[in-house]
Amino acid sequence: MGTEATARAPKTALVRTTALCKRYEQGSISGKRFTIDALSDVELDLAPGCLTALVGGSGSGKSTLAKCLAMLEKPDAGEIWFEGKTVWPGTTRELALLRPKIQMVFQDSAGALNPRFTAAEIIAEPLEIQNLERGTNLRARACELMTEVGLSPDWAKRRPREFSGGQRQRLAIARAIALKPTFLILDESLSGLDLSTQAQILNLLLDLQAAHSLTYLLISHDLTLVGQVADSIAVMHHGKIVERGSRQLVLGNPQHAHTRELVGAVRTLEAAYRTAQAGSGR
Amino acid sequence: MATQPNILAISPAPLLQIRDLTVEYAADSGRPLTPVLHKVGLDIWAGETVGILGESGAGKSTLASTILGLLPAESKATGSILFQRRGLPSQDLLRVDEARWRTIRGAKIAMIFQEPGLCLNPVMRVGDQIAEVIRAHIPQTREQRKQECEAMLDEVGFLDVERIYRAYPHQLSGGELHRLAIAQALVCRPELVIADEPTRALDVTAQGEILNVLRKTQRTVGSALIFITHNPALLAGFADRVVIMYGGRVVEEGPVAQVFRRPLHPYTKGLLQLFPSAPNAEFVHGRLPVIPGSFTDKDHRTSGCVFEPRCSARTAICRGEAPAEEMRDDRRVSCFHHGN
Repeated sequence: MGTEATARAPKTALVRTTALCKRYEQGSISGKRFTIDALSDVELDLAPGCLTALVGGSGSGKSTLAKCLAMLEKPDAGEIWFEGKTVWPGTTRELALLRPKIQMVFQDSAGALNPRFTAAEIIAEPLEIQNLERGTNLRARACELMTEVGLSPDWAKRRPREFSGGQRQRLAIARAIALKPTFLILDESLSGLDLSTQAQILNLLLDLQAAHSLTYLLISHDLTLVGQVADSIAVMHHGKIVERGSRQLVLGNPQHAHTRELVGAVRTLEAAYRTAQAGSGR
Repeated sequence: MATQPNILAISPAPLLQIRDLTVEYAADSGRPLTPVLHKVGLDIWAGETVGILGESGAGKSTLASTILGLLPAESKATGSILFQRRGLPSQDLLRVDEARWRTIRGAKIAMIFQEPGLCLNPVMRVGDQIAEVIRAHIPQTREQRKQECEAMLDEVGFLDVERIYRAYPHQLSGGELHRLAIAQALVCRPELVIADEPTRALDVTAQGEILNVLRKTQRTVGSALIFITHNPALLAGFADRVVIMYGGRVVEEGPVAQVFRRPLHPYTKGLLQLFPSAPNAEFVHGRLPVIPGSFTDKDHRTSGCVFEPRCSARTAICRGEAPAEEMRDDRRVSCFHHGN
């Protein structure tokens, strides 16, 4: 465990969870019911202005945690703190006020964007719902946001299918930052993209972070990718956070067996690649 | 074309000889055709591993579909794909009828897809699904088939073959499903296996394991392997040769060790720097290296170099005419400025 980070975080953390639990119940055809502990006693501190990476294999509970933090899923036990206040347990009204500040970008950009909306309509929708802008202002703000994420405002009338995967992800990011959130959850937002597109989107996210002092939780199964950019890393395994700390600490001196295995695999791949580039091959 | 690698000097002709392969798709009938592959030439020799590297839109998956005869009906393919099995007359896979395809696909040329979970029947025991592949191609008794399947499951590293044989897909983990896909593809001992980004959705640990199983099994069976990926690091120490594709063209080809040490095409240079090669690559409020821009359908053009709009080394000549393919030893490249 990253003891320094844990000791430092409670006062300064933007998002904090204590003993967060989430259990899913499933029934089978035979009538037997069984439960899955998707989250058990998850403790997480996210420092403001930092990029925290959440890594782990499929089924480790990463997305459940993301949904709980985005208030799309109700935890069974535990607390979620945001900007120093308890938000869970909380009332629907309190949650509604907080929702604009916490935004999420999903993996499947094609599925997350309404195919019948134009790019401008997609970005403008949250502004309209919150009653922040209207008419020509709304349209101008949508174009401004498109420019900010590196899309030409000339494409405002295009629909999602007319964009490439990387451009659709930019569109999803523009929609996410429209309400000026402080916390962005990126749930495998870069998976399924090419290495170059991944790097381009990451660069965009870093620029936006600098411009708007955003806090990121980047969920990924790709330790090579997050190893390049994360300020801190949390490793999930079977619904538990088994290790967390600064990137240097987690990658440089992994403690948990699962983390060691992951870091070892990355090192093997990097070493093979370096050897090939250095030209010791036949 | 690249010359035959000396370690595999058994067969006088390549297993697969692709010449001037051009494939066009029609979005709707009546609309003009979109070119997806443009005059692709490529040799695959028996037993070797060839990596095909490129971004989405490069035509990698279309190439795989064409080799397997799985192009959609509203497409047009010209050129030739000569499939030459040892001791048999060669056949052009672009001119093979569907009845003949049934004897080739799965038996002589097999495919491993990205999502093995989606390729398996959820209500059938996985062992039976592998046996089914044998039944479709080789006359054998039920007992023989079962033995063969179990031998293959053992080959891909399952310790409890009996449990796996009787399991349904949902009872298995992602890594186990990937190993099953390898077993299913290789059980008929095909001459050629095509793997289309088989590890894209896996974490690094599972990825390494699956690549090891794939390499080991491929060597035992003696198949040639076409490995499609967008990540150059996966090819290091894995593939013999690498073919870099961009915009439906082969822009560079050569032995992995040589291309990775000294890439010639500006696109290859860009691709190779995307994967961090230094441990703990220190990154302090800087930016990650990228290849600026992205490939769009508009970049399919009739004149000039296809990579010109994104190229950092471009000059006036690149816009006007397409670079010819230059061959030297066992490498080839299509670029006016590869010497720089």
